[in-house]
Amino acid sequence: MDWLPILLSMKLAGITTLILFFIGLPVAWWLSEKNSVFSVIVEAVITMPLVLPPSVLGFYLLLAFSPQQSLGKWLQETFDISLVFSFKGLVIASVIYSLPFMISPLKSAFMHLPKSISQASYTMGKSKFQTLWYVLLPNIKPAMLTAAVLTFAHTLGEFGVVLMIGGNIPGVTKVASIAIYDSVESMDYQLAHYYSLVLFALTFIIVITVFILNRRLGKSPLE
Amino acid sequence: MIEINIRKRIRTFNELDYIQVKTSFMPRAVTQITGPSGAGKTTLLKVIAGLVHPEEGTLSVNGEVWFDRAKGINFRPRERKTGMVFQDYALFPHMTLRQHLLYGTRDEEYIERLIEIGQLGKFCKHKPRHLSGGQQQRLAILRALSTKPKLLLMDEPFSALNSSLIEDMMRDLKTLFNELQLTCLIVSHQQRITEAFSDFTFSLDTPGE
Repeated sequence: MDWLPILLSMKLAGITTLILFFIGLPVAWWLSEKNSVFSVIVEAVITMPLVLPPSVLGFYLLLAFSPQQSLGKWLQETFDISLVFSFKGLVIASVIYSLPFMISPLKSAFMHLPKSISQASYTMGKSKFQTLWYVLLPNIKPAMLTAAVLTFAHTLGEFGVVLMIGGNIPGVTKVASIAIYDSVESMDYQLAHYYSLVLFALTFIIVITVFILNRRLGKSPLE
Repeated sequence: MIEINIRKRIRTFNELDYIQVKTSFMPRAVTQITGPSGAGKTTLLKVIAGLVHPEEGTLSVNGEVWFDRAKGINFRPRERKTGMVFQDYALFPHMTLRQHLLYGTRDEEYIERLIEIGQLGKFCKHKPRHLSGGQQQRLAILRALSTKPKLLLMDEPFSALNSSLIEDMMRDLKTLFNELQLTCLIVSHQQRITEAFSDFTFSLDTPGE
């Protein structure tokens, strides 16, 4: 069994989770604070990948990244970057595709914190950033863990978008889910079993770990 | 002197109403704010703290304009730096008692004094979930004082305390208020108890009346 697709999947999931963590935290906080038409539209756009067929998203990203289209052409000409059938393209597509898995749990956690604890911090002369850093983030640790793990696990199992953007290039874009599909296509069920079992075991261990950690972290403050 | 003349819309059970307040509060004194439930006492404190914004009016504290709708002046809560005791205490669940006070000041001597006033010496390393309701409420008062504010706003600050503890705390708090030359507005339903603590009383009518 070739372990490269598994390692590639882990690498893709790790990088995507890291990028989304730093994008997701401020966006989720902003969404939890705002209640305007604009914020509703932003939230709807972020949630779209949750309900949109992955092939639809993959198709439009493929068009956008294509060197024949304006964005792809500009990236190619300005930075000499081609996103189609490359690992970079996979990362960007995964970041977009997994956005709601990072942002929704974080936003929900921010919204569940009593508003008065932020207000108390402000009246003590603290800025919004200080309040976020010293008061809000320490109180949403379980949600941060859940969001990171959901994003990681979701990216690990990605198929449609990855296939559309990355294709099936060994060592570059052939991640575990593509390797399973490829094995089934070539009637190698044994190999498909191996890849599937590894993915199953990995995600199961991740989910169990989160449950255990969240039980420790997630006790109610007034318990 | 705190001079306030504001009009703030509030949402009651099935309709929109408003509170209208035009008064002044004496500096370096404790003023008790009374009024029926729903009169807008908490809203008034939040307006002064800058947590809620009125639709109309002005607010000035010791000659400095904190809010003037017409002129577009509105100091942020952190610029006003009022100490505020919240009705739900609003304690930080992840911080110990001492960390709450350290968040407001680095003055260790002052922190020790506050802990002594609150009679909470044994609980310095306790987080809010390990404190009783009364202890949490005392911590909320001490935290509001940790920044040495010039204006302290207290919303039902003694509701979970027994009368002998209130008496002790009031005596020590009064001494501290004098030292800090602090102005205090206190909303409480325990009027008999807080009357002894207050220099003045201001009554807020039911909205719309």
